[in-house]
Amino acid sequence: MATDITKLGVKATWRDLTEGMVIAGAGTSKDFNTGEWSTDKPVFIEEKCKQCLLCTPVCPDSCIPVKDGKRGEFDYEHCKGCGICVKACPFNAITMEGVE
Amino acid sequence: MGKRDRLSGNEAIAIALRQINPDVFPAFPITPSTEIPQYFASFVANGQVDTEFIPVESEHSSMSAAIGASAAGARSLTATSSCGLAYMWEELYIAASNRLPLALALVNRALSGPININCDHSDSMGARDAGWIQIYAENNQEAYDNMVQAFRISEHKDVRLPIMICQDGFITSHAVENMELLEDEQVKEFVGEYEPENYLLNPDCPMAVGPYSITDYYMEAKRNQAEGMKHVEEVVLKVAREFAEISGREYGLFEAYCMEDAEYAVVMLGSAAGTTKDAIDALRAQGEKAGLLKLRLYRPFPAEAIAEALSGVKAVAVMDRAEGYTNHGGPLGADVMSALYRARSKALAVNYIYGLGGRDVRVEDMEGVFAVLKQIARDGDAGETYRYLGIRE
Repeated sequence: MATDITKLGVKATWRDLTEGMVIAGAGTSKDFNTGEWSTDKPVFIEEKCKQCLLCTPVCPDSCIPVKDGKRGEFDYEHCKGCGICVKACPFNAITMEGVE
Repeated sequence: MGKRDRLSGNEAIAIALRQINPDVFPAFPITPSTEIPQYFASFVANGQVDTEFIPVESEHSSMSAAIGASAAGARSLTATSSCGLAYMWEELYIAASNRLPLALALVNRALSGPININCDHSDSMGARDAGWIQIYAENNQEAYDNMVQAFRISEHKDVRLPIMICQDGFITSHAVENMELLEDEQVKEFVGEYEPENYLLNPDCPMAVGPYSITDYYMEAKRNQAEGMKHVEEVVLKVAREFAEISGREYGLFEAYCMEDAEYAVVMLGSAAGTTKDAIDALRAQGEKAGLLKLRLYRPFPAEAIAEALSGVKAVAVMDRAEGYTNHGGPLGADVMSALYRARSKALAVNYIYGLGGRDVRVEDMEGVFAVLKQIARDGDAGETYRYLGIRE
């Protein structure tokens, strides 16, 4: 039986973990909220964005979705807050903020 | 009804494995365990088993292959001794943390150095905290019987942990004894089929084994693993009861020999227990209240049951066939003494290091230990608690 990976967030108790930390079932990483690991998050300032899309390819977690040639809001479920996109943006359209 | 035969401990283990007919057996030779895969290879060549026998290039690889096979859904095992076990060090922890129920037939031999091929328990004692179940044997019969019971314990759904079936190098592995074997069909029925819930070769549900555990998960993972260990004592006893029904031979967490009214007791693992029984028989004939607690299950450590069994003794000697280099004694001594402490025991306890590197332990040596215990009880003082048995001073 496939593991319900949504129940394995950082608040999971030892009883919630699978035996031997096995993850049964394929393609589970999308359902795993690695975004909760982060201590910082990027903030997208849309009015400053020129849609140059330099930020999209540098994101290690593919958290900047592109639709019809334009980037959208960050995928905070998977963004770990590394800040590489902030450095890549020539227009200061991305800033970092702490998360609670 | 079983079949009587005369076999070495290694041959007895190999025959148990033929009867179990495991799926995968990766092996690399090392004295004194080499004969186990050697005999087994002949069973493979003769078509007596269906096992995939993999001659690998090292013990690091034999345990890795056994782990891979087990994760894939196969019943797997390997055999080794001494430095071979040391070379599996990393994999031992992987097998246990992945909760893989595989077996290791360990033939206890001293770890280098100085280099030595004979018996002591320094190899398995080094692996005592790896998360494996460890079971020890006094003689060839027990080694065989423990091997037959191994997978039933290891694969139990409440346990799912790897198991080490230990016997004393050369003393039981190479000495030939009369013993009784079960019929092939009896073993097959007793051991049953291995049916894992999740396994790598299941096309209906792919799975990931051994994912990275960041700091947020590692402690919870270790605690989760400890839960499996908590069920081992109960499962060992349950499997032993079922084994007694087919074999007539009874096993527990330990054997209490002449312990009912014992005032002086020895606690030990392995073949020297037989020697100690002879010493006890001689002492009992003289009216001395000597007894033996021969541990079968060493990991997990059945501390409460051991303290209970020792509750009536005045003095106890814990015998370690391995150094701990703590300046206080060996690992068994530490375990037993902490069990006594937690049980508020008033027994006076000493810890002997004995039999290292194959050093003979004679009946007179053990009679001497009991004489010391009697003196300790009379003095009301254990004196030096860290002692060597039979050392040239």
